[in-house]
Amino acid sequence: MKIEIAGLVCRYGSTPAVSGVDLTIADGEFVALLGPSGSGKTTLLRAMAGLEIPEAGRLAFDGADALALPPNRRGVGFVFQHYALFKHMTVADNIAFGLAIRPRAQRPDKAAIAAKVDELLELVQLPGLAKRYPQQLSGGQRQRVALARALAIEPKLLLLDEPFGALDTQVRTELRLWLKDLHRRLGVTSVFVTHDQEEAMELADRIVVMRAGRIEQMGTPGEVYAAPASPFVYGFLGQADQIGCDVVDGTARVGSLVLGEGLDLPDGPATAWFRPHQIDMAPQGPALDGELIDLTMLGARVKGTIAYQGKLITVELSEKSNLAVGPCRWAPREVRVYPV
Amino acid sequence: MATSLSRAALIGLTFLLLLVFLVAPLALVFIRAFGDGPDLPITALQEPDALAAIRLTLLVAAIAVPLNLVFGLAASWAIAKFRFPGRSLLVTLIDLPLSVSPVVSGLVYVLVFGAQGLFGPWLGAHGIKIVFAVPGIVLASVFVTLPFVARELIPLMEAQGRLEEEAALTLGATGWQTFRRVTLPNVRWGLLYGVLLCNARAMGEFGAVSVVSGHIRGLTNTMPLHIEVLYNEYNLPAAFTMAALLALLALVTLAAKSLLEWHLGDEPSTSSR
Repeated sequence: MKIEIAGLVCRYGSTPAVSGVDLTIADGEFVALLGPSGSGKTTLLRAMAGLEIPEAGRLAFDGADALALPPNRRGVGFVFQHYALFKHMTVADNIAFGLAIRPRAQRPDKAAIAAKVDELLELVQLPGLAKRYPQQLSGGQRQRVALARALAIEPKLLLLDEPFGALDTQVRTELRLWLKDLHRRLGVTSVFVTHDQEEAMELADRIVVMRAGRIEQMGTPGEVYAAPASPFVYGFLGQADQIGCDVVDGTARVGSLVLGEGLDLPDGPATAWFRPHQIDMAPQGPALDGELIDLTMLGARVKGTIAYQGKLITVELSEKSNLAVGPCRWAPREVRVYPV
Repeated sequence: MATSLSRAALIGLTFLLLLVFLVAPLALVFIRAFGDGPDLPITALQEPDALAAIRLTLLVAAIAVPLNLVFGLAASWAIAKFRFPGRSLLVTLIDLPLSVSPVVSGLVYVLVFGAQGLFGPWLGAHGIKIVFAVPGIVLASVFVTLPFVARELIPLMEAQGRLEEEAALTLGATGWQTFRRVTLPNVRWGLLYGVLLCNARAMGEFGAVSVVSGHIRGLTNTMPLHIEVLYNEYNLPAAFTMAALLALLALVTLAAKSLLEWHLGDEPSTSSR
């Protein structure tokens, strides 16, 4: 199902949560809404499901206005961060809920519902747990039941609100791969909210980075990572270092070290951003002077800290390469320069 | 050694206090009522005024409890799950019957519906009698028992939040289906408990009912009022018989609750309560 969102505004009392979002999602796409807490990503997701009522804007499913529909008639599957399973029902009854409550004329018969439940339990790899209660399941199992319950109504749009947020790292990684595979097989248009950039990168066809109720940038994971549109996105997408520099005639320099050329930036001070692994130690040619104050082995990699002009720069190298604590020369590469 | 000794001492003290202040008085009521054999209490219960009092008490409870069940559910649902202007005022109002003396609650009804009251002349002109009649007793009982269901449910519903209901909505459930299949089953133990407390109070209320009843024997005397009348007449065997019956009603409701909980106790969803 194609989703079109235009000029969407949501408020809690007088605090704006979503302030004018335009977003189009193609049929079958897997989109991540990525942002820190308070960026409006969950509110946007809930507005799509009808759980929040927007103050202004447009939301259309396949061209038809969806805002006029109450949440129970949108046919949207919603998976909550804390599962929201019905505590007093068995796993089977939870999954069957969306079918069992349909008006008699549209309701499948008991056998058909039972078959559907079995099929979904198979799909989420929990066969044999039909008679259990949610309290008897682990977190990962609960979330898979919640997903099966959402899929039972055969939604044209699947919304997931931090689906792995309440799980521990190992289960999270496992479920991530599983969800990615599931999306590939079902092809249902899906939107999920996360504050974990790694999760967004790994799962999504497209990442929408949100900040303070607005979309800061969107694109494929590759695009967003390679060319963050702002220091905010750069900082949010992974570990980042930054140093001050000067731009003259489109060239950014620190002393004699050239950080970037052909930049479309006005002359004056600017900030250069780079990742810890984009640092050369003791390069030939111009470099910056600093002091290596700490070295830590992290398995195959080495993490170091450079004190540079009162700032601490994190550096990550692949091998120890005769490094020692003390004065050093270093230079960042593949730097992105943003105006101050 | 010392700790286990003090433990035993503290537990013993607790039981002693319970025995002296709770079990013994209750037992005494039954002993006074049935101590001289079953004949006296049986005749006392067959007296028409006693039977009328029992009937009236059951009638009052049968009206007050369902009313407050509906009101308590509606009010706690609104308060726990929604934010609206006047919400904290509503919470305060629900607590009002608990903080105001029952006698004052009764007096208010006399002031509003009594012969000299606000609506008194109009009611009198239309031949409707509320104060010193059964409607007044029902109204006073409803007012006094108003908080019990709501107070039991509000914290429970607040703790449960709206997530399960939102999940039901996204799955296509209507408002009524959500309430019937998700909200209500989640609070059923709290609801049952609230109803039992409400019922116990509706049957046992004295102060407010005393003010509005007018103490007409055989007509507007509920069981607690009838007990007082008998006691004041030094008809102690009859008074203690009625008291024992009232206490028995309370014990039966408590036993019913325990039995229900024990019977349904192995259902995992109830283990948290």
